[in-house]
Amino acid sequence: MLAMFFWSFVVGGIICVIGQLLFDVAKLTPGHTLSVLVSAGAVLGGLKLYEPLVDFAGAGATIPITSFGNALVQGALKEADLHGIVGVLTGMFEVTSSGISAAIVFGFIGALLFRPKG
Amino acid sequence: MASKKKKTTPEQLKYQQLQQKHELKRPVLKNCIKAFFVGGLICMICQAVSFFYIYYFNFTEQTAGNPTVATMVFFSMLLTGFGVYDRLGQFAGAGSAVPVTGFGNAVISAAIEHRTEGLVLGVGGNMFKLAGAVILFGVVSAFFVALIKTLLGVWGVL
Repeated sequence: MLAMFFWSFVVGGIICVIGQLLFDVAKLTPGHTLSVLVSAGAVLGGLKLYEPLVDFAGAGATIPITSFGNALVQGALKEADLHGIVGVLTGMFEVTSSGISAAIVFGFIGALLFRPKG
Repeated sequence: MASKKKKTTPEQLKYQQLQQKHELKRPVLKNCIKAFFVGGLICMICQAVSFFYIYYFNFTEQTAGNPTVATMVFFSMLLTGFGVYDRLGQFAGAGSAVPVTGFGNAVISAAIEHRTEGLVLGVGGNMFKLAGAVILFGVVSAFFVALIKTLLGVWGVL
């Protein structure tokens, strides 16, 4: 269990460093950086390279935004196994629904509760 | 007629050199170390949350990611609302933007910021102003990756 904490720290940190390098060295905006990372996650997920990373690093791999791309691919592929080519569209959000719905619901509640600063 | 590529005069060249000399160098190494520790710490906290879900709510290691993400988005709502996440973002850069809390922060801060324009056009219309790009490129690339893999499977290549 302690090893899991250690590896989630290291792997999560490394993914964030890659993002920081895209900011500073490649001079991308945050929007571009996150789009690049999410597409990279989708490609890694398609190549079946992301699942082993999740087994190995737990939250270190599931919490960075790359996991969003991977989860979209996994959901689409799972449904595609059952229903063929239509499943690619119907299964897209199967796995990632929690992140999106949480962001929408809490975003709305947050807008009701808090006032903008500055 | 003025061509689009103007020739730089010697004065302009001199100015550019002067500007380059005085331009602030981005402290890349320092930024990376900060991003590493803050990003790593956020992931470690998430690991603790997912262990909580595994032991008390019977999730498996593979499925514990979903409730963890929802929980972290909830926490990032509180931190964004109280103005803490912005300060963290200035300190940590990508360390706070890359984890899913950064995604939550992008949605929630846009929602709060446009609250004054009304619930429908303000909050509803602007909520995904920043995070929309992530969803768009995530879904489009996931669609093509999954489509190619499925087609290769149908044709018996894989």
